[in-house]
Amino acid sequence: MNTGIPLQYFLILATVMFFAGVYGFLTRRNLITILMSVELILNSVNINFLAFNRYLYPHKLEGMFFSLFVIAVAASEAAVAIAIIINIYRRFTTINVEDVNEMKF
Amino acid sequence: MINFSYTIWILLIPFLMFIFLGLAGHKYFPKLSGVIGTTGLAIVTVLSYLTAYRYFFLSEKIEDAYQKITAFDSVWLQLTDKLHINIGILLDPISVMMLVVISTVSFMVHIYSLGYMKGEKGFERFFSFLSLFSFSMLGLVLATNIFQMYIFWELVGVSSYLLIGFYYQKPSAVRASKKAFIVTRFADFGFLIGILILSFNTKTFDFVTLTDPAGAAMAQGSRVAFLGLSVMTWSMIFVYLGGVGKSAMFPFHIWLPDAMEGPTPVSALIHAATMVVAGVYLVARMFPIYSLTAPIALNVVAYVGAFSSLFAAIIACTQTDIKRVLAYSTMSQIGYMMLALGVSGYGGHEGLGYMASMFHLFTHAMFKALLFLGAGAIIHAVHSNYMTEMGGLRKFLPITHATFLIACLTIAGIPPLSGFFSKDEILAAAFHHNKLLFAVEYAVAGLTAFYMFRLYFSIFWGKETHYHHTPHEAPATMTIPLIILAIGSVVTGFIPFNELVTSDGKAFETELELIVAIPSVLVGLLGIAIAYIMYRKETAIPDKLAATFRYSYKWAYNKFYIDEVYLFVTKKIIFRYISEPVAWFDRHIVDGTMNAIANVTQIVSFRIRAFQSGQIQKYAFVFVSGAIMLAILFIYLWK
Repeated sequence: MNTGIPLQYFLILATVMFFAGVYGFLTRRNLITILMSVELILNSVNINFLAFNRYLYPHKLEGMFFSLFVIAVAASEAAVAIAIIINIYRRFTTINVEDVNEMKF
Repeated sequence: MINFSYTIWILLIPFLMFIFLGLAGHKYFPKLSGVIGTTGLAIVTVLSYLTAYRYFFLSEKIEDAYQKITAFDSVWLQLTDKLHINIGILLDPISVMMLVVISTVSFMVHIYSLGYMKGEKGFERFFSFLSLFSFSMLGLVLATNIFQMYIFWELVGVSSYLLIGFYYQKPSAVRASKKAFIVTRFADFGFLIGILILSFNTKTFDFVTLTDPAGAAMAQGSRVAFLGLSVMTWSMIFVYLGGVGKSAMFPFHIWLPDAMEGPTPVSALIHAATMVVAGVYLVARMFPIYSLTAPIALNVVAYVGAFSSLFAAIIACTQTDIKRVLAYSTMSQIGYMMLALGVSGYGGHEGLGYMASMFHLFTHAMFKALLFLGAGAIIHAVHSNYMTEMGGLRKFLPITHATFLIACLTIAGIPPLSGFFSKDEILAAAFHHNKLLFAVEYAVAGLTAFYMFRLYFSIFWGKETHYHHTPHEAPATMTIPLIILAIGSVVTGFIPFNELVTSDGKAFETELELIVAIPSVLVGLLGIAIAYIMYRKETAIPDKLAATFRYSYKWAYNKFYIDEVYLFVTKKIIFRYISEPVAWFDRHIVDGTMNAIANVTQIVSFRIRAFQSGQIQKYAFVFVSGAIMLAILFIYLWK
């Protein structure tokens, strides 16, 4: 049926994006960058949803809707996260995640 | 049937007084509380006399015997269908007699305390405790079942503890109160064991059922249980142990002399007239069981009583603190009562000892309370407890002198004062049953007369002592009770106890047995005469005698070192070989285990707390690593 791009390519792209996001999440110190990494992770998952939907059930739309939901959730999450980041900045005058470590023993 | 339901107020009034004065007295009526408490006791006294009159003269007798009347009974604690503890009021000759004794003496002591305790710190506390004591003591004698008696028995112990330690800033008073409480509590443990053995075998607590000559207790018969003694004998011996503690019999007498640290009216009420005779009352209450099923236990009662009375009389001859002399005299007289019960049989003329014991309890309450209150008046005037610092007081304290003399004559058994009659009945009972005990009692009678008159002559005659300020007679609130009690000591001997208070409730004939009575009066007179020669004027005879019998005098003066024996046993043996190892075990093994658990937890927590660094990315890293490891696990290892 579909003779276009094979599924593996999508999955490789999604995996690369996912681990790029995880790597960014773990190594970046700037909160904004960390937030961007989270978006990368979410989007890699979206790609997976769409690719599997397209290849496994071409006549159904659950995967599409799911990724739409994820986008909506990601947007609201970004709004909340940025609000938190602004508050952190007001409190600590920095958005470096290493300096925000009051929750410890 | 006559209605006796109002007797509940005899119990309730003192109890309400205690609560009322205890809660409101200090704040609202610090001065008036004495009058309030005394008024309450006056009502109780009137009710008690009314009850006594109606019980003895108006209530019906069945077959010429006074019946046991349960005036009030209600379930207080329902444990199971069969096991329940009642609180009630039982009227029978001895409980009604005790009502009269307790309310009279308590009322007199209340009036006396109005003067004696005036201006003391804690005046209202004193009266509230007195009310508590009256309540507990009345509850004890009116108890319908042995468990109620035990409850009130402990309550009297508590009020005694509170009143001995009334001057709680004085270390000696605190020590004395603790000693009294611990020693009697220790003895009460025996009482509790006795109750449990008794009730387990008879399946009842109720006195009416227990003491019925045809009842369950008797059905136990003489079944041998342990060491050749029957169940009933064992339980009665244990029950008697409680009586030994409360009545200060040997070897649990050590608390009584120390209890004299309390205010003198308290000594008169608790440690002379009422609480210390609770042991006698207990044996009298259980008397049918003792007499019919446990004659061995009854013998124990007799011998312990006789030994205590002799022992205490000897010590009393050497003491110099007047209250301590009176304390030992009390112990000696209670020994008399115990002995009388011990030689008694059940029913009719056989029960002479029982009647004599109750008779002596009654007269003793009057004259011993009088002696103590008189001693209080003397101490009040001289500000000293020691008779070595007294002398020639008859000129300063005429009323106290007269009443004290009457009391001394009464206790010495000089006719026609009450002590003569009651003591004579005891001697007669002993004469018919046990000649050895009879001889002991004769010796005690002589010693009693001697030490009482030693006291009397040393205080009121003897050397002319110079006082810092002239002693003056006590106020009317203190002398009036003295006069009333003196009248009581004179006339109570004529009460026909053989018709009123007998072992089976039936009247029987007694006659004055001259063969017993005349020698007893002569022995008393002899004691008085010796005391007269030795102490009428200051002579060298007492010192010479003390020097001649140096060792025996020293032993008696130091109370035969019983206190030291107790200290040795507790400190050197029990504390060292039992308490200290137990304490060591507790401190090192029990506490050690708990501490080790806590320490290990703490050390481990210190080590691992570094994980909680506050670095979010570290947490995330751990989380991701975990997720990856789980993924690997599921993919490759989980088949």
